[in-house]
Amino acid sequence: MSNISPEAIAEHGLTADEFSTIVEILGRTPNFTELGVFSAMWSEHCSYKSSRRWLQTLPTEGPNVICGPGENAGVVDIGDGLATVFKIESHNHPSFIEPYQGAATGVGGILRDVFTMGARPIANMNALRFGSPDHEKTKYLLAGVVAGIGGYGNCIGVPTLGGETGFDAGYNGNILVNAMTVGIADAERIFYSAAAGTGNPVVYVGSKTGRDGIHGATMASAEFNENAEAKRPTVQVGDPFTEKLLLEACLELMATDAIIAIQDMGAAGLTSSAVEMASKGDVGIELWLDRVPQREENMTPYELMLSESQERMLMVLKPEREADARAVFEKWELDFAVIGKITDSGRLILKQHENDVADIPLAPLVAQAPNYDRPWEKSPSLPYLDASQTSPPDNPMDALKTLMGSAHLCSRRWIWEQYDHMVMADSVQIPGGDSGVVRIHGSQRGIAITTDCTPRYCKADPIQGGRQAVAEAWRNLTAVGAQPLALTNNLNFGNPERPAIMGQLVGCIEGIAEAARALEFPVVSGNVSLYNETNGAAILPTPVIGGVGLLSDINKVATLAFKDSGEAIIVIGETLGWLGASLYLQEIEQREEGAPPSVDLAAERRNGDLVRRLISDDLITASHDVSDGGLLVAIAEMALAGHVGAALQPPAGDVPLHAWLFGEDQARYVITTKDESAIHKAATEAGAPALIVGKTGGSSLTAGTGCTISVEELRMIHESWLPDYMAAQ
Amino acid sequence: MVWHRESELPSVDLILLPGGFSYGDYLRAGAMAAHSPIMHEVASAAKQGVPVLGICNGFQMLTETQLLPGILMRNAGLKFICRHVHLRVETSKSMFTRGYKTDQIIRIPVAHHDGNYFTDQPTLARLEDNGQIAFRYVSADGTASDESNPNGSVANIAGIFNKTKTILGLMPHPDRAMDPLYGGDDGRAMFEGFLGLMQ
Repeated sequence: MSNISPEAIAEHGLTADEFSTIVEILGRTPNFTELGVFSAMWSEHCSYKSSRRWLQTLPTEGPNVICGPGENAGVVDIGDGLATVFKIESHNHPSFIEPYQGAATGVGGILRDVFTMGARPIANMNALRFGSPDHEKTKYLLAGVVAGIGGYGNCIGVPTLGGETGFDAGYNGNILVNAMTVGIADAERIFYSAAAGTGNPVVYVGSKTGRDGIHGATMASAEFNENAEAKRPTVQVGDPFTEKLLLEACLELMATDAIIAIQDMGAAGLTSSAVEMASKGDVGIELWLDRVPQREENMTPYELMLSESQERMLMVLKPEREADARAVFEKWELDFAVIGKITDSGRLILKQHENDVADIPLAPLVAQAPNYDRPWEKSPSLPYLDASQTSPPDNPMDALKTLMGSAHLCSRRWIWEQYDHMVMADSVQIPGGDSGVVRIHGSQRGIAITTDCTPRYCKADPIQGGRQAVAEAWRNLTAVGAQPLALTNNLNFGNPERPAIMGQLVGCIEGIAEAARALEFPVVSGNVSLYNETNGAAILPTPVIGGVGLLSDINKVATLAFKDSGEAIIVIGETLGWLGASLYLQEIEQREEGAPPSVDLAAERRNGDLVRRLISDDLITASHDVSDGGLLVAIAEMALAGHVGAALQPPAGDVPLHAWLFGEDQARYVITTKDESAIHKAATEAGAPALIVGKTGGSSLTAGTGCTISVEELRMIHESWLPDYMAAQ
Repeated sequence: MVWHRESELPSVDLILLPGGFSYGDYLRAGAMAAHSPIMHEVASAAKQGVPVLGICNGFQMLTETQLLPGILMRNAGLKFICRHVHLRVETSKSMFTRGYKTDQIIRIPVAHHDGNYFTDQPTLARLEDNGQIAFRYVSADGTASDESNPNGSVANIAGIFNKTKTILGLMPHPDRAMDPLYGGDDGRAMFEGFLGLMQ
């Protein structure tokens, strides 16, 4: 019936062993359509075959977790009958090939994951990584990705509240575009994907199916080479207006009791949505492919099943509510087609022109998906780098200028002004703060959101790097006064078939698990993106953490801007001057050496809980997490935001001045206050270090005689790098 | 709220055409919306003197239906821009601007890709002569310059009236400037101004 060559098997990303298993499951050779279904479901992207056993070690439960990983998005109870629904997902490979559409459809895909669960999206975030600014493609990719994210999010009317952007030559051939959506739902009305009820209609809604994006999931599961451009036709094209209609139609239908199960068609399109819905419900499913709305002629079953056309959903409806549901989708001018039924056969049966074109038992398709224990090597430990092994700058303010005017720390205004970060008029903290903060509409409560990862730490020590990514996300939520709730992660790595890369993945997951446990910050959703390599060169290990927190009173939100002159500047947490793997070392001394700062999770928790309490007790006037670039960079950012200078008095002690100013010791915050004694009392009770390091005021930043810079000069340097870079020919 | 396919308007005191991306704005912004069934009714009501306020995409619809003169082109920088800008209130003598003082500087956000207002010289002269310019983009100290112009609009125009000042179209979003916690409340006076007349 079919002639499957070894070449066809390889082109589908399947190994000979995997193909043998398929033949065993079917009791015969698969036809071409069946091969496509297996190939998609068993791709790294859909099956998590290299990461599954490690992901199982992550803590995913907590008192407020309604739904952890495994559904379209994670769900956390936030009280008052509401839940927050969120997830982060990568669209790395498509964005490298076609930056605008790749990024746009990344946003569209993650929005669908969230509203599929019954939530209205209230904010988008992202985490982006580009190659070296000197690389010939960086400017083009950055411009296209930012325009694409804005193009989709702005049109659909969901604010893009911020994110992070990094540059490193390690991403020259593989950029990262991770998009996150956060939504709000009625906690009692969460929608899941498990199909049920023999004979119930399987309904297709949304856009028509075309030949776009065929085999996107398989592409996302392979390395690139110099022919990556040739894969451009596999990138889908986004239609945010149709997605807006789909969002409103789905939410309107979800207000009724018509839906039994719903799943968006993302990676691997109709294949993965149908298989996941049926297998989660432990039922069979029969699809009539002639009835799939099609925008091109003569599409084969293979193409229909593997198309990744955007803005589509699959639902199982109560049969008696089919007419009502159809009326909703017709009102929104979307396709609505009954394309199959739920069966008790336990099989995926596809029919076209009255013929069975595929017949696959569902249980083994899912249960026997490969689950590899790939060999891995622990990353070699790097030695501690003492500050005495580094050289102090002639003037620390010159070093500050270099850092604040670098690609790494310059203002991201050029990026976030292209995102509508205010639409819906609920944005309390717009981009530029530690976290984005959005009001829960019609209430006085808010949701705080952040995305974080420091890849150079992860490269130097995957375990500490994994811990640090979680700790920094937790800190950024804390710094605005939010109670961290849960996280979603996006694990971006190279080729897992190489033991060194697999070791990075294993190490980072170990670090994430430790920190998530210690901070009671469970993992409720996530995505894994492997094979981020071109011609054998892998990206830096980049496990992005998307953190979500709750502000019980939006009026108490803390911001990083200095508010007034004459306020005490206090550092919460211990400053030892850790320069190993620091940005100072990289940018000022051009050295990438040493172990990254160790993350003391008990100190993180103690210091963060203190800062949150101080914010809640109205004792803090400004608050900022200390991260890349250390204390002086954090204080400079507060001065810039507030248009108020500061005079610092570095303490006499063993720590060299430059290490004190630029060291990246973790678990630290800078706060300002009008009431030093209250802060000291609270810090002493909590057992947390709190050191007054200076006072706000004036129009300059100073740290001793001759060591000064005007805030406005610093602003010019900080604001101009990115627009100048993008404008240069 | 009236559905786009409706062909009758209820009796109303004022019509608000809000911002957004009508029909995705895949064609010229507002061009599809200008041809929706309900917009024929909006146009005839506006011609009979029913006040109309068009914000952002609403302004684009007003120029596309030619209820206001001129066009809104792609921003001079060719990028979407979302930021707070300063505006100078050119006249307080309208139902929409009566809550402000003439020459008052206000701070309100813009969020658009196609806000570059253009009209020919005779029309511009007529707008100036008739006092039909409602708002201009200015710096914090009130100077209208290229630096204070976010999108390249001719004569730094941010919003215009029809001749009788019953219609106002503007690109900035007063609706997003209603509360200091969300970046300022300079937009309130517009809504309070015309709502005050209607009570």
